[in-house]
Amino acid sequence: LSSLFTTTDRCSFGGEDRRVGSRTIYVGHRPCPANEVFIPPKFCDNRIVSSKYTVWNFLPKNLFEQFRRIANFYFLIIFLVQVIVDTPTSPVTSGLPLFFVITVTAIKQGYEDWLRHKADNEVNKYRVTVLEDGRRIQKESEKIKVGDVLEVEEDETFPCDLILLQSSRDDGTCFVTTASLDGESNHKTHYTVPDTERDVESLNATIECEQPQPDLYKSLGPENLLLKGATLKNTQSICGVAVYTGMETKMALNYQGKSQKRSVVEKSINAFLLVYLCILVSKALVCTTLKYVWQSKPGQDEPWYNEKTLKEKETNLYLNMFTDFLSFMVLFNFIIPVSMYVTVEMQKFLGSFFISWDKDFFDSEIEEGALVNTSDLNEELGQVEYVFTDKTGTLTQNNMEFIECCIDGHQYKYRDASSEVDGFCVTDGPMNTVQQKAGREREELFLRALCLCHTVQVKEGFIASSPDEIALVQGAMRYGFTFLGLESKTMKILNRTNDVEMYELLHVLNFDPVRRRMSVIVRSISGETLLFCKGADSSIFPRVKQEEVEKIRMHVERNATDGYRTLCVAYKHLTAEEYDQVDSGLREARLALQDREEKLMAVYNQVETGMNLIGATAVEDRLQEEAAETMEALQGAGIKVWVLTGDKMETAKSTCYACRLFKRNTELLELTVRTLESPGKRREDRLHDLLLEYHKKTVQDAPPAKTCVASQDYGFIVDGATLSMVLNSSSENNLHDYKDLFLQICQNCTSVLCCRMAPLQKAQIVKMVKNSKGSPITLSIGDGANDVSMILEAHVGIGIKGKEGRQAVRNSDYAIPKLKHLKKLLLGHGHLYYVRIAHLVQYFFYKNLCFILPQFLYQFFCGCSQQPLYDAAYLTMYNICFTSMPILAYSLFEQHISIEMLLENATLYRQIGKNAMLRWGPFLYWTLLGVFHGLVFFFGVWFLFSNPALQDNGQAFGNWSYGTIVFTILVFTVTLKLALDTRHWTWINHFVIWGSLAFYVFFSFFWGGVIWPFLRQQRLYFVFANMLSSVSAWLVIIVLILLSLLPEILYVVLRKPRGPYARQKLVQSSAGGIQSPRSSARPLLMRTFSDESNTVS
Amino acid sequence: MMASSYSAKDEDGHITVSGPGGGTLRNKKPENTAFKQQRLPAWQPILTAGTVLPAFFIIGLIFIPIGIGLYVTSNNIKEFEIDYTGDDTSSPCYNCAKNFSWNNTKSCTCTIPFQLDQPYESNVFMYYGLSNFYQNHRRYVKSRDDSQLNGNIDSLKKPSKECEPYASIDNKPIAPCGAIANSMFNDTLKLFYNDPNGTSVPIPLTSTGIAWWTDKHVKFRNPVGTNSNLTAVFQGTVKPVNWHRPVYELDTDPENNGFINEDFIVWMRTAALPTFRKLYRIIQKKNNMAPTLPRGNYTLVVDYNYPVRSFEGRKRMILSTISWMGGKNPFLGIAYITVGSVCFFLGVVLLVIHHKYGNRNNSANISN
Repeated sequence: LSSLFTTTDRCSFGGEDRRVGSRTIYVGHRPCPANEVFIPPKFCDNRIVSSKYTVWNFLPKNLFEQFRRIANFYFLIIFLVQVIVDTPTSPVTSGLPLFFVITVTAIKQGYEDWLRHKADNEVNKYRVTVLEDGRRIQKESEKIKVGDVLEVEEDETFPCDLILLQSSRDDGTCFVTTASLDGESNHKTHYTVPDTERDVESLNATIECEQPQPDLYKSLGPENLLLKGATLKNTQSICGVAVYTGMETKMALNYQGKSQKRSVVEKSINAFLLVYLCILVSKALVCTTLKYVWQSKPGQDEPWYNEKTLKEKETNLYLNMFTDFLSFMVLFNFIIPVSMYVTVEMQKFLGSFFISWDKDFFDSEIEEGALVNTSDLNEELGQVEYVFTDKTGTLTQNNMEFIECCIDGHQYKYRDASSEVDGFCVTDGPMNTVQQKAGREREELFLRALCLCHTVQVKEGFIASSPDEIALVQGAMRYGFTFLGLESKTMKILNRTNDVEMYELLHVLNFDPVRRRMSVIVRSISGETLLFCKGADSSIFPRVKQEEVEKIRMHVERNATDGYRTLCVAYKHLTAEEYDQVDSGLREARLALQDREEKLMAVYNQVETGMNLIGATAVEDRLQEEAAETMEALQGAGIKVWVLTGDKMETAKSTCYACRLFKRNTELLELTVRTLESPGKRREDRLHDLLLEYHKKTVQDAPPAKTCVASQDYGFIVDGATLSMVLNSSSENNLHDYKDLFLQICQNCTSVLCCRMAPLQKAQIVKMVKNSKGSPITLSIGDGANDVSMILEAHVGIGIKGKEGRQAVRNSDYAIPKLKHLKKLLLGHGHLYYVRIAHLVQYFFYKNLCFILPQFLYQFFCGCSQQPLYDAAYLTMYNICFTSMPILAYSLFEQHISIEMLLENATLYRQIGKNAMLRWGPFLYWTLLGVFHGLVFFFGVWFLFSNPALQDNGQAFGNWSYGTIVFTILVFTVTLKLALDTRHWTWINHFVIWGSLAFYVFFSFFWGGVIWPFLRQQRLYFVFANMLSSVSAWLVIIVLILLSLLPEILYVVLRKPRGPYARQKLVQSSAGGIQSPRSSARPLLMRTFSDESNTVS
Repeated sequence: MMASSYSAKDEDGHITVSGPGGGTLRNKKPENTAFKQQRLPAWQPILTAGTVLPAFFIIGLIFIPIGIGLYVTSNNIKEFEIDYTGDDTSSPCYNCAKNFSWNNTKSCTCTIPFQLDQPYESNVFMYYGLSNFYQNHRRYVKSRDDSQLNGNIDSLKKPSKECEPYASIDNKPIAPCGAIANSMFNDTLKLFYNDPNGTSVPIPLTSTGIAWWTDKHVKFRNPVGTNSNLTAVFQGTVKPVNWHRPVYELDTDPENNGFINEDFIVWMRTAALPTFRKLYRIIQKKNNMAPTLPRGNYTLVVDYNYPVRSFEGRKRMILSTISWMGGKNPFLGIAYITVGSVCFFLGVVLLVIHHKYGNRNNSANISN
């Protein structure tokens, strides 16, 4: 008996040819008798290893990984140079910060790895039941081998990828949820391998299957495959054979990080770094050169009071030059601070908390707030130039409501019921209220079609992956046909006469975005085999009898312009022969090892022809809350909004009008299949003409950018088919690059609507815009699996926590519950984050420039001998302690304009567009400021030291006093400079700014107050205290700080107000803010804003 | 560049470091605290011409008088400087400078007459000044052993490596070791007042109180051996190469001898710039009636021991009175007057701007 089943299985899984791309599995490790020799194949074990380190290799491996980063490596080199070469500063000065950074990172990574170890162990040590020679054996999950037969009970997670052999349910099905894989919580049905014997223990079979591949979303595996990570539901227990284990399971193969997105700010940092590196190298070169020039004068190199050691004398001149160069590099290397990376990372990490903490992002419906998946892109939110939005579920609620239907060209509107004259109709059921225009039979056929053609499950209400289906089933319920549920392949319907109708579900031809339709094949009690199909009009109309189309088309188009989603419903009788053919075709295709999708598609397309059109449905998808206001705000902020949707043009267009993306005066330029069709012309030529015409209109005739206020608004509509023509034709037409033309038109339109887009096309569009001239920052927002590609493609990907599963959220950088939150995310948070981090970066470069410049200048006065101006403690602590906290606090809490104001005046967003604060202009300003400060500090004190007798007892100051005075001025100036820039003084800012200064004074006293036994030289002993005892030092400190800050104060005062409009608004709202207490004023302000925008437009 | 790869996190993609939240915040309403909602009460200053104007005037009004005061004070300080390097044939020290040799056992003496046009009323501070002397050269600055100078016996016997090549001679440790100590200024300067009646009166010079109190009493300590005798303590060490006397013979006063000799301490505080002055002696005011240094002719007698010609250095002797702001330096006064004037001028300009462009910008502070 068993051999018989072996052959069956071989047929069903394998096929004759054993390709390289497949693996053979012996169920239960029992060799197949038909097989020649039993060679136990080698597969990996079921151990999941997501951890990177073990206890033993952690230190070397982690250090290696960390020093692979070039910046760390650079600092390590500097450190090593300090250790090996005789350098002016002790290795501690650069070693300590580096050690700190490395340690913190190592601890963080070690902790994360420990968590992974823990998670791995939890999975690997999980007890599973293995059926071995008829016995049940408890095993640890990691010991499962390919071919083991496992038993899994309800609510357990599958320990590896299994082929379902046996289920405790009678119909050989089981239910699973894949919530942990793709977040979809609906129950999916899986089937046992057909025709396997009941007795799994003695089953002797081999399975041939594909080699492991990560393709998770294409479809969740064939319906016999249970994936690791999914959970068994509603089924007592199942038996299955392990096919993929450990790192070869689909979950493990999909467990890969997303590609890192880098923000523009980082690119700016890199550019600035390059400049600073050049400054550093040139400083070192200048000093080295000067040193040897200076030394060449007689008596300077080695005066009698300062002789070289024997070793120094013997060293080769060129080696000396080289080590001198290195020493100078070390002396000036503080200009590129390690701490900047730490601070930037900290700012990003801590700053992103404010997004997830924001209660405005909390949605009470789904009980969730915003989610931050990456903190690297915070500032990018303030730089967005293009927003690509999905329509369904993003602009609209994806909360479907059945509005009306049309049967045989007759309109049935449910809502009319309430306004109907004869009252009894309401209670009597809606169908009766409508004039019975269509035949009763057709009506019932239509309603049965609605009840049967879906994948809805009944479990305390309806559950489905698509809300349209629920709306349709609910719609049918209103008209008297209730879907009761699916039980062992039988669908039950309660019809109008309260009879239960039973249909055997033969096949489900699943929905896919390419076909844009789905079908079911059912067999009624009477033995009739019926195919019901529903889908988009464009995909149904060509497949039904043409005479039926016209009367329905009118309704469909009217509904579409009303902004409803329309579906057409068709059916087809299948004769027994036809059905057999279909049945075998489907089975064959489902079990195909290669090109399964394509084969299935071919069968589907073959079946779904020659159908009869019954009617159409209209489902309303309401706009998201404040969708229009949000879109308007985005446009006000100078962001171009593109709608990319798979929906049809009419629906999408009406949504655009509703969202005020298109306004009444917007001139629409259409580039769709419809406009391309003109008599007597090839479509390519027509496309060419249209493109040129639109280009002329929008680009060439457009008034110059400065006077754009009065110019005509253009809206551009393009559909998927035309888009692919545009994108693909560029190779033939080298004269006119359509792509360029197209892009230019798009960029000159206020909003663009792309309809009928496949998911990949969405990503294509994003990519095209992303790579266009000026590389604008793009943002994609969507909620469904079809938006994932564009979310991943755009600079910033936003997921909406909508109803279409969590795939978009999983792949996004930020997730928000509703579209309306986008406004605050961009205009509020994004704007602030950008300003904060831009200021942080500029400030960091500035403060290190004016820190190191005096040190550089000092070289001219000490014979270019690499003598540091500041004490080692100051060199080390400057970036770590004295000046790091104020800027961190600033970069976390600064609100140069309050959030309310930012939200009210969307135009403020334009001011920071195009990386305004990190371009070369501002960088030059900050650099010049740093140079100015450095010069003031150094030469101010230099003039003072022309007579070093600065104390009232005639005693003189030495070089350490010089450095300490310069350093004191430096710390105070850079901190006060930041204080001047701070527009938002919370208690934290006060605490940190004044605290840092106090700490500096305290530390200096402390550091200079003790003879430190571990120091070789007590250089700062009482230097600071003596400095403070000198009136001259006080006076010079005060006057130099003031002189340094003077240009800054002037700049702030004389800077033109940022646009007269913004300034006036500022004044107005500040006046308003004073009148009413803030807490109550806020929601009011929000409301008035939306009201205002209603009336204004 | 380095930054890009620096923050490239975990290239192997095992973890994507996620921001905060990451699922833990689900089903939890964010707390409505001022901190988390970024609405901490804040002071929001807006600098406008209106608010800054008074500040500029006030600064101007404060700084200009201070500056004038400083300038006047500095001008009132009397300072006399005399260069005795002796590289000019007419200079009295020419011979000493020319014939200088380290082997000279007897020091060469030269006398330089000078005249003070004004009487010096208060205490007079006598400095020696050196030019083109790089006390701030790195090799020089680090060539000392503070532990030895602090009286550590171990360091005395085994000076730090930093002192090389002035650490030891013939395996005997040098005390004090290092280039700084070795090159201690050892010219002896004496002042004589030439009385109008022809006699030459030596002026008493105080050699204490010229170093920082903390240096003299804490940082610099003589090693304390079993013997209280300084000579015995320094047994086994040798004097620096260029010194004439060992360190325990710097002064006869035990409180000013050895490492705590103030001349030595002053020298050990390395100067900031290659041209510097160091306090040498103090001429105390004797009584309230007579000026410390009356107007008249003086003679400076120099024991010329310190060669500077080899590196084109210069030596000066400076007599100066001292005010509360230290020695003579017009810089501070000028700086204060300048900054004050600039502020005042800017105040005027801003006033004009303020008036011309009206009060539109005067939105002042939005405070919460």
